[in-house]
Amino acid sequence: MEKQSLKGWLYLLPAILFLGVFMVYPLIDVFIYSFEEGYNSASQTYYGVGLFNYRYVLRDPYFLQAVRNTFILVAITVPLSTGIALLISVALSSIKALRNLFQTVYFLPYVTNTLAVGLVFMILFKKTPYTDGFANLVISWFGGEAIDFIDGPYWAKMFVLCFYTIWVVMPFKILILTSALASVNEMYYNAARVDGTPRLRVFARITLPMISPTVFYLIITGFIGAFKAYSDAVALFGTNLNAAEMNTIVGYVYDMLYGNSGGYPSYASAAAIILFAIVLTITCINLIISKKHVHY
Amino acid sequence: MKVVLQNLTKRFPGRGKGAKDVIAVNDFTFEIPDGKLIGLLGPSGCGKSTTLNLLCGLQKPTAGKIYFGDDDVTALPAEKRGVGFVFQNYALYPHLTVRQNITFPLENLKGEEKLTRAQMQEKALEAARLVQIEELMDRKPSELSGGQQQRVAIARALVKMPRILLLDEPLSNLDARLRLQTREEIRRIQRETKITTIFVTHDQEEAMSISDLIVVMKDGVVHQIGKPQEVYDHPVNLFVAQFLGTPPINTFSGRVKDGALYIGEDRVLEIGGVDDQEVFVGVRPEGFIPDENGPLVCRLGRVEVMGRDISVVASHDAAAAAAIRAIIDSDQEVDQEAELVRFGVKPTKVHIFCKETQRRIDYVTKR
Repeated sequence: MEKQSLKGWLYLLPAILFLGVFMVYPLIDVFIYSFEEGYNSASQTYYGVGLFNYRYVLRDPYFLQAVRNTFILVAITVPLSTGIALLISVALSSIKALRNLFQTVYFLPYVTNTLAVGLVFMILFKKTPYTDGFANLVISWFGGEAIDFIDGPYWAKMFVLCFYTIWVVMPFKILILTSALASVNEMYYNAARVDGTPRLRVFARITLPMISPTVFYLIITGFIGAFKAYSDAVALFGTNLNAAEMNTIVGYVYDMLYGNSGGYPSYASAAAIILFAIVLTITCINLIISKKHVHY
Repeated sequence: MKVVLQNLTKRFPGRGKGAKDVIAVNDFTFEIPDGKLIGLLGPSGCGKSTTLNLLCGLQKPTAGKIYFGDDDVTALPAEKRGVGFVFQNYALYPHLTVRQNITFPLENLKGEEKLTRAQMQEKALEAARLVQIEELMDRKPSELSGGQQQRVAIARALVKMPRILLLDEPLSNLDARLRLQTREEIRRIQRETKITTIFVTHDQEEAMSISDLIVVMKDGVVHQIGKPQEVYDHPVNLFVAQFLGTPPINTFSGRVKDGALYIGEDRVLEIGGVDDQEVFVGVRPEGFIPDENGPLVCRLGRVEVMGRDISVVASHDAAAAAAIRAIIDSDQEVDQEAELVRFGVKPTKVHIFCKETQRRIDYVTKR
């Protein structure tokens, strides 16, 4: 028995080692830094211990801007992307012809490089001296006025960021949802048909409850993913996100560490811990809600 | 409601290149009388489930017509036919309680038929009472036993008072004891509701025991329709004779010659009305009479005592199977050590079939 458990620990060792060194240790370290005033990573010195970093970060207008941006992004993209993905998956499951083609098309963003996609979005939305961009072309067809989506008003930039985020996260959701839909046994639909159930009711009362665990999984991971957004904003608006008013919380953390205003690991740690607290709270709320609404 | 099937045919396209169409149901014509319990019986793949699916509208027939009463429902989709269907795996919605499962069909009613919430509850309770599950109403299907799930499925099918009730292998997922009990239950429910009920089974005992009429099918073709006892006593052909009855009928090759029926070389019966020819002879297990001077001489295999009766397993050179089985009363003595066993046969339990068409040939016995 003793030997058995020793063997077990031996097999676990590589994973424990890696997780310990690269996950647990940094996590604890970040937590400690966030309370150390003016920590300097080069000299390993700090002035004092306290809530100073948090006070600073929570008063920093750049941070507040980042929090606002992140929350808007989360509130818009998570419900929209999940809803649209559900619609597309249902549509995909109910067609036979060209289904594989559409599945491939919808999956393309998943395998495309973020920065390459960002470039495509630039072409679509950026206004240059030579062209107004494709989006503005369409707007002008409908008699609208050209807007600079990349360097223009705040809402236009937010629109592009949300649009981009939704487009990028969709493939994964569609993939998961189509397989969830396919796993619903045909006999339930047959039973519902024999009982004369209208299609919309079949969807609301049978399909949706049956795939509810998957939907909630996607919502929870969607929330977490959206809170961690950063690279998407960089791909669209470049690295100086504060100037573009498009910074996110993770972007703020990065800037505090390495950006132009960089070299402040204490502030970065405090911001990271705040983000962690937000994500933890939201996930807990999600889990509590899902207990009520997810079946089985 | 009487149900009429007129030349009902269903073809499925064959798989692969040049594959022939599969004819699942071939030219099925039958009028099901109102308020009867009908058993569709046949080996697996005989088209009985397809027939059921055609009746409830989940599949469209290739040709032929279906009438419920005087209404032509052939083109009507499943949702408009007003049938109750009990699926083989019950298809209870796992996320809904028993009560919600039963009221589900009622919530779909529209227009004049629309019910208030209280009426729905009342109807659901009524249906639940009929199948005796009223104390399980707030459970989820996963918290029920197989037999209870089966009852819920029946209640759900009955709650909207369907024009006809269809059951697909209703007993196949139950254990032996429950099966016996449930089939009585189905019979009782059908009697109480007087809804024309059609059920599918591959178990002939099940079909025989509760049906008013049985329909024996094979390869999409209806072989015989009739009252269970009638079909058992007068099978139209060798297939029907072999399919009905447990243990199955014993088949021999034999011939009719000079006014007598021979099994192998044994002259078993004096008969008339049949021309001399090679035939198949079917003898029901209960058709053997142990007799020291009996004409049918078999090698004794073993004797199985089953309490109520004795099963004698023997072999005969002319038998189609390696072993033949005779069921005799337990008060009759069989010498278990003997090498040979001799039987006489009961003429009513002996059927002869044409060697080519396998159809039954009528004969008269002479004493």
